[in-house]
Amino acid sequence: MTTVEQPAGLVGEPVRRVEDARLLTGQAKYLADLTLPGMAHVAILRSPYAHARIRSIDTTKAAAHPGVVAVFTGKDFEHLPALPCAWQAGGVENFVNTPRALEIDRVTFTGAGIAAVVAESSYAAEDALELIEVDWEPLDVIVDAEQAAAEGALQLHENAPGNIVMDWSCGDAEATDQALSEAHVVVKERLVNQRLIPTPMEGRGAAAEYEPSTGRYTVWMSSQDPHIMRLLMTAFVFGIDETKMRCIALHVGGGFGTKIFLYPEYVLVAALAEKVGRPVKWVETRRENYVATTHGRDHVTYLEVGAKRDGTITAFKAKTYANLGGVLSTIAPGIPTTLYGRMLSGAYRIPNIHCQVLGVYTNTGMVDAYRGAGRPEATYAVERAVDLVARELELDPVEVRRKNFVPPDAFPYDPGILNGLEYDTGDYGKALDRALEIVGYEDFRREQAETRRQGRHRGIGFSTYVEICGAAPSAWIGTVGEGWGASMWESANVRVHLTGKAVVTIGTQPQGQGHETTTAQIVASELGIPIEDVTVELGDTQGAPFGYGTYASRSAAVGAVAVYNSLQRIKQKARRIAAHMLEADVEDVEFEGGRAFVKGSPETGKTIQEIAGAAALAYDLPEGEEPFLDDTTYYDPPNCTFPFGTHVAVVEVDQETGQVTLERYVAVDDVGRVINPMIVDGQVHGGIAQGVAQALWEGAVYDDEGQLTTSSLLDYAVPKAEFLPPLEVERTETPTDVNPLGVKGAGETGTIASTPAVVNAVVDALAPLGIRHLDMPLTPERVWRAMREAGG
Amino acid sequence: MHVSITVNGVAREAEVEPRTLLVDLIRDGFGLTGTKIACDTSQCGSCTVHLDGQAVKSCTVLAVQADGADVTTIEGLAADGDLHAVQEAFHEQHGLQCGFCTPGMVMATVALLERSPDPSDEEIRHELEGNLCRCTGYENVVRAVRQAAGAGR
Repeated sequence: MTTVEQPAGLVGEPVRRVEDARLLTGQAKYLADLTLPGMAHVAILRSPYAHARIRSIDTTKAAAHPGVVAVFTGKDFEHLPALPCAWQAGGVENFVNTPRALEIDRVTFTGAGIAAVVAESSYAAEDALELIEVDWEPLDVIVDAEQAAAEGALQLHENAPGNIVMDWSCGDAEATDQALSEAHVVVKERLVNQRLIPTPMEGRGAAAEYEPSTGRYTVWMSSQDPHIMRLLMTAFVFGIDETKMRCIALHVGGGFGTKIFLYPEYVLVAALAEKVGRPVKWVETRRENYVATTHGRDHVTYLEVGAKRDGTITAFKAKTYANLGGVLSTIAPGIPTTLYGRMLSGAYRIPNIHCQVLGVYTNTGMVDAYRGAGRPEATYAVERAVDLVARELELDPVEVRRKNFVPPDAFPYDPGILNGLEYDTGDYGKALDRALEIVGYEDFRREQAETRRQGRHRGIGFSTYVEICGAAPSAWIGTVGEGWGASMWESANVRVHLTGKAVVTIGTQPQGQGHETTTAQIVASELGIPIEDVTVELGDTQGAPFGYGTYASRSAAVGAVAVYNSLQRIKQKARRIAAHMLEADVEDVEFEGGRAFVKGSPETGKTIQEIAGAAALAYDLPEGEEPFLDDTTYYDPPNCTFPFGTHVAVVEVDQETGQVTLERYVAVDDVGRVINPMIVDGQVHGGIAQGVAQALWEGAVYDDEGQLTTSSLLDYAVPKAEFLPPLEVERTETPTDVNPLGVKGAGETGTIASTPAVVNAVVDALAPLGIRHLDMPLTPERVWRAMREAGG
Repeated sequence: MHVSITVNGVAREAEVEPRTLLVDLIRDGFGLTGTKIACDTSQCGSCTVHLDGQAVKSCTVLAVQADGADVTTIEGLAADGDLHAVQEAFHEQHGLQCGFCTPGMVMATVALLERSPDPSDEEIRHELEGNLCRCTGYENVVRAVRQAAGAGR
């Protein structure tokens, strides 16, 4: 591990967020708050059937409704191709079917858009939807991925035999089977990682205007990556130069992955602005958000894990059915392959691994990245597997983990399935030890034995996870490797104006993560200027040269590093200019604490403000030096980063009702160096809430007809404040050597780690009843039934 | 139908349909977009405003029902540029991330502390059950409410 120089000053401090004032006072503008001159409103008619042919659509009555500007169907946009699938599973054939702006003759999931009303008000647009007459021919429906992949199943797409999107694998099948045959014990289990509905508080939305004289579109979207939206829309849908479209994200009210993707509605809104010749806006309702925005997870996995008697894991085999919905979202095939299969070694040295993933079409909504995206599914499989092995061998699950950990001296570590990447740095035992200390493990086991004698069911569960962040080296993730159809670097521009005030433009796009604050902290620390003197601009394709956006916990590990690198070059230039001003050799000039000075005599230096002023005025610069302190960086990381940690859940299960009470939750994460501990804690808290919610409450349910029965917040159990205990969050700090900031990324650890910790705790609580596995969500009914069946 | 409503101390008039929701009047009619809409079913609380001093979900009130009433929205909370103690506490405790639930959460908290100036953590969690947040896991929301309660004592 190389030594990393830690930036001084404000980096590392719990700086209060510069974003807050406008958010707290209602001044922050989100998509729905945008009003454009002459703007009309769009409402979308959606399929009530999960699988049906559209025989005809009659829009006459709707078009005549007062306030309606125009009504459109899919045929009006026949000239626009179906949306691109930008991340296809690497190294295998993908059988791609994607949505269109509006579907033309057939729908494959409930909620697919088939017609659009443009009206003077959103009320009038909604009214007119009810006047559109559609002649439907309902078709047979299949919603279960295993059934859809079985022989003789209903076929949803002509180009996808067996309803298979892709059949991808990693690892060594033969060696893994051999190791399983030689193992002392083999545990097998079928794990269901249920479908989740991400539910950012702000749904999606888009607005657009079109300028006929230049052929230029401006599209506002609630988006995590406006530059990618522009790339995908111009290159793959509209077939125009990227210079003919500007994409803008305003404040984004949560995304959790759902706002990475190019959706039919975004294309539709841009096309409608052109058609009706005035600006239009569409804001989805919560029901639309539930039926038509992407979902997450939805895996069924068959596990076989081999181990020696002492708990050493020798083989790990997984076959996973990933339900990807009726059509593919933008990066759907990449999630259960690169971000799932390649992480199945977890924090452990497992010599033989094989994973096969079948992506499957069904008559359900699209499935794509949801916070964690593949790594929660991988962590769930691995961490449940470790507990199953421990249970089979009657060993302490903590000791089985410790026995199999990748040891600190083994880094960089190649788990053999990462297609050439290596785990960067880690000290897995350290985080585990601290978590055990906080939770008081030995005391808990003593209390547990005591309370068991009283007939109570208390349990403790662990998740000692590792995840992959900071996506990604472009050559690794790109088409030739992992199938992502573009690159994954990040750009940043830093300029220091005449007055010494800095403006930083970044290509990452926050949805609550506080990028303006953390970026300003880095600038303030490096340039030695007050944080108030830093302005961060983002969310606009006219801002940063390009940006791949915010997801995969990449904003710090990739985006912030681009800023940091530009700051180093700005400081170099400041040193050169200061040397000229001080009549000294540049080698003798240092820059520290906002001042450039000759080594040994800091009292005679020039401040960054003086240097910036001199650079901007350019009256007297060193020969050959350009005016202005300005630098743009394109940073392509050499590796991903691999945060890790230990999460512990303590639960009690009610004997009479099956109700699980989360008594304590302890997290010790290691996300490398921390720019702002307050913000990282907040990310961890929110992630834990979402991960715990998967374990205990949340689950999307489709009935046999393909109707989403959990299509509102009445039916889908997003946690409320009283569902959760106080969260006990700590950290260890093992910097990465991948980047000079030492940061790994912190946006997803909570969601990735927490789900198996809670399930392991509940299964531990119920172990005396002979229960070895339960599928999520562990609702009172499900747990109660399992307890009754077990005779408890 | 004609309605007269005092919003953040300013008398306002509007013509509305009988079905117009108060939240739509506030946002689209009066241009006060701080109040948010995040569900169709009165679950999320993002649209919470004060109606004659009581916290209500403005998506579940018709504009005509607010005729003659006094409405306070998030825009009316800070006085002369100074944040209200509850806003200050959410800032201090990092009780907001994306900020979308925040106006409703803050308005609900102000009303909660008027009813119960010194709530326990359990009471805070229970009382805020009508306001959903997807970002914070509520941990720092609870801390913010506790701080605001302390500031009010």
